[in-house]
Amino acid sequence: MEAPLNTSKNKYSIIVPTYNERLNIALIVYLIFKHLRGVDFEIIVVDDGSPDGTQDIVKQLQKVYGEDRILLRARPSKLGLGTAYIHGLKHASGNFVVIMDADLSHHPKYLPSFIRKQSETDADIITGTRYVTGGGVHGWNLMRKLTSRGANVLAQTFLWPGVSDLTGSFRLYRKSVLEDIISCCVSKGYVFQMEMIVRASRKGYKIKEVPITFVDRVYGSSKLGGSEIVEYLKGLAYLLVTT
Amino acid sequence: MKHIVKIMTLLMAISALWIGLLQTSILPRSYTWLLPVYFVVSLGCYGLLMVGVGLMQFPTCPQEALLLQQDVVEAKEYLKQRGVDVGSS
Ligand SMILES: Nc1nc2c(ncn2[C@@H]2O[C@H](COP(=O)(O)OP(=O)(O)OP(=O)(O)O)[C@@H](O)[C@H]2O)c(=O)[nH]1
Ligand SMILES: [Mg+2]
Repeated sequence: MEAPLNTSKNKYSIIVPTYNERLNIALIVYLIFKHLRGVDFEIIVVDDGSPDGTQDIVKQLQKVYGEDRILLRARPSKLGLGTAYIHGLKHASGNFVVIMDADLSHHPKYLPSFIRKQSETDADIITGTRYVTGGGVHGWNLMRKLTSRGANVLAQTFLWPGVSDLTGSFRLYRKSVLEDIISCCVSKGYVFQMEMIVRASRKGYKIKEVPITFVDRVYGSSKLGGSEIVEYLKGLAYLLVTT
Repeated sequence: MKHIVKIMTLLMAISALWIGLLQTSILPRSYTWLLPVYFVVSLGCYGLLMVGVGLMQFPTCPQEALLLQQDVVEAKEYLKQRGVDVGSS
C-alpha cells in the first residue's frame, strides 16, 4: 500500500476545459472522486457553450456530488483553450491547481501521484510525462509517433527545457505560479503547453515529473487540428527568441 | 538572456575554435576546412538517430486501454443509478 496522502492543509482546484464532452465529463468526474478520497478539492468545468449539452450533464453531476465540489463556469462561445484556463483560474479557490483534459486521455488515477510528488519535493509544478518508464501512449499511429518524437528531439536540442514531455498538458501548479506564467503565454494549441513549461523553467520554478499513460480519446472528437507541424515550428522559433 | 543568444554564443565559441585551428594549422588545412561539414552532418545524424531510437522504444500501454474500458463501465453504472444521463453518445 502507498502511504496515505498528507494534504490536510492544501486545496486542489481541478480545471477541466470542455467542448462537446457530454459523456467524458461525467466519466471523469466519477473517476476524480473515486481516486481523490479524503483530499480537499473542487472541479471547475469551463465549458464553451457546447452544443451537445455538456452543461446539462454538469448540472446533473452537481446534484450528485454537490455544487461546492463541481463548479460550472461556462462561457458563451468557443473561445479557445488558453483563455479557458485563465477563466477557470479566476474562480479557483485552492492553493494548487490541476489542469487536465476532459477526454479521458488524462486518467484521474494519476492525481494522487502528482499530489504526493508535490508534497515530497515541494515543487512548484508537477508535470505528467509519457516518455519515461511507467509512462506510455496508446492508440497513436506511426505518423503521430514520428511527429511526436521529432518534435521532442527538436525541442530538446534547441530549447534545453529540462523536462522530457513538453506538449503534455496534465499538470499540477502552485496557484501563484500558474497565475504568474499564464499571463505571459500567448501561443495556441500544443505550443501553449510548451510555452508554459519553458517559461516556468526559465523563471527558475522547480519542476518535477511523474509518469503518466495516455490513451488516445475514445469518445467524442478532437478539437485541435490544422497545420500542426507548421504551428509547432513557428512556436519553437518564437520560444527561441523570446525566452 | 534570451535562449537564442545562448545558442549563438555557443556557435560563436565553436567558430572561434575553428578559426584558431585554421590559423595554427595543428591539423592539415584541408582537413580543418571540412570540420564544419562534419559538424553539421553529425548533428543531423544525431537528430535522426534520436528520433529513430525514440520511435523504436516508444513506450506503449495497451493494457491501459482495457483498464480504462473497465473504469468506463463502472462509472456508467454508478452514474446511471444516480440519474445522470450517460446514455449512448
Ligand atoms: N472550454 C474549451 N475547451 C476546449 C476547447 N477546445 C478544446 N477543449 C477541451 O480541451 C481538451 C483537449 O482538447 P482535445 O480536443 O482533446 O485536444 P487533443 O487532446 O489535442 O486532441 P485529441 O487527440 O483528440 O485528444 C478537451 O477536454 C476539450 O474538450 C475550447 O475552445 N474551449
Ligand atoms: Mg485529447
